[in-house]
Amino acid sequence: MRDALTLVDLISRYGAGAREIATRDHRLALVDFASLSPFGADRDRFAGRSVVLHVKDMAMAAAALIELDGLARRILLCPPGWDAHSVARGAALIEADALAYDEASPAAALIVDVALPVRLAMAPRGGFDAPRIKTEWVLPTSGTSGPPKLAVHTLATLVGAIADAPLQEWATFYDIRRYGGLQIFLRALAGRGSLRLSSANQPIEDFLDRVGAAGVTHMSGTPTHWRKALLSGAAARIAPGYIRLSGEIADDSALRGLAEAFPAARIEHAYASTEAGVVFAVDDGRAGFPVCWLERRAPVEMRLVEGALRVKTSRRALRLLGENAPDLVDESGFVDTGDMIEVSGDRCYFVGRRGGIINVGGAKVHPEEVEAVLNSLDGVRLSRVFAKASPITGAIVAAEVVLKAPVDEPRARERELIAAARTRLPAHMTPTRIRFVADLPMTDAGKLSRHG
Amino acid sequence: MTTRELVLQEIRVVAAEQDKTLPPLTDDLPLLESGLDSLCFAILVSRLEDATGADPFSSAKASQFPRTVGELVSFYEPVDA
Repeated sequence: MRDALTLVDLISRYGAGAREIATRDHRLALVDFASLSPFGADRDRFAGRSVVLHVKDMAMAAAALIELDGLARRILLCPPGWDAHSVARGAALIEADALAYDEASPAAALIVDVALPVRLAMAPRGGFDAPRIKTEWVLPTSGTSGPPKLAVHTLATLVGAIADAPLQEWATFYDIRRYGGLQIFLRALAGRGSLRLSSANQPIEDFLDRVGAAGVTHMSGTPTHWRKALLSGAAARIAPGYIRLSGEIADDSALRGLAEAFPAARIEHAYASTEAGVVFAVDDGRAGFPVCWLERRAPVEMRLVEGALRVKTSRRALRLLGENAPDLVDESGFVDTGDMIEVSGDRCYFVGRRGGIINVGGAKVHPEEVEAVLNSLDGVRLSRVFAKASPITGAIVAAEVVLKAPVDEPRARERELIAAARTRLPAHMTPTRIRFVADLPMTDAGKLSRHG
Repeated sequence: MTTRELVLQEIRVVAAEQDKTLPPLTDDLPLLESGLDSLCFAILVSRLEDATGADPFSSAKASQFPRTVGELVSFYEPVDA
């Protein structure tokens, strides 16, 4: 796998056959890439260029990536939601001299040497093929707060965790322009099957219908994606044999909910980040990971520094881009993930982000830890915990909760949930107010939105 | 419900939630002897803000903070014109 130089090499490992990448509106047959290009005969104009890739449609992004890897010097994989300002900032950081875009892209205003639209009605490549080079993949980090940083990968670092496997028919809730979705895109290309992708604004029920009809065997998303799938009532339309969670903390209630809905599936939660790459995956049905993994030297070395996980791995990004970009690794070559760990018995548990702590009169509260307790309570599907300003203690803990079924007496139900949470949490961590909401917003990366 | 009844009710609710035992809530009972800790007061102030729309603690100086139950009640009572 490490020797694979380009995406085209990945695809050809098991042959293109009848494999495809399908969104609701488009189907890309992998076999077409042998002779056709979304840039037609102009594709060689991207040779050696630093390319901004900004398109609305995920099928367009997939086609452009297959074509540009090995051809361009760099590709900046812009998330679909980026505005003109973010695109311009990214273009400056990668020293862009080329652009692959669609008509709707605000990037169309960028001034570069080469600007070509991505066309899904692909056209013949033409005679000349530029030499294959090692392309840098530039990915924005998907943190839940702050401006994204840009992490530089190569195909070799991105596919480091992908093992040879029998036939897998993949689908993902993720956008493939995020690290979690990109992993699934690469798994599908390197494997023997196809990939089904969601479309912007497509109701989750429709996507699950399409995935079920396609006979998908492997499916991935964040715990929030999966909670919403279970909440939709349409989960019975799919029958995956393997379920992968990543991008957020997979707590026991998320794992239990999925195990109940999909008793035949192997359920695995992966820990990965754009900066550190895929660190590990756990499939024993429990949240967290075994404490003995902290002693392992391979494939990834891990250590705790002041409660935060640091990892040493060949799958990490090569560096971060930007004038004042922080060093990606410490003096020992470890990436500081910023993810806080608590050791309990034989297990390490993720409790939250270093920056996400709520300070209640000097006592520290990780919102994720409180959410895990709320999510485990009867009738709760999804929750968001946040700080409410207090003139007495600086902050107190409050929560919004999505219930599995509507409730007649919200005030009484709130009291019940607070009392139930209080039996599992110390006083300062127990939500003081719980508001019931119909839904909780997700970020573009599929994570629970922690703003507002 | 009067402001007095509301404040006393919320004190009892918070105390029950936090497993605190209250002495009789007389006007001259010092808040420091009420059995409520600072977290209880933080919750109480937050609930009273939700119920009354007022947060007198945030606008008052610390020297004006109520010291007894009676002062706490009048802290939330609307100022007469």
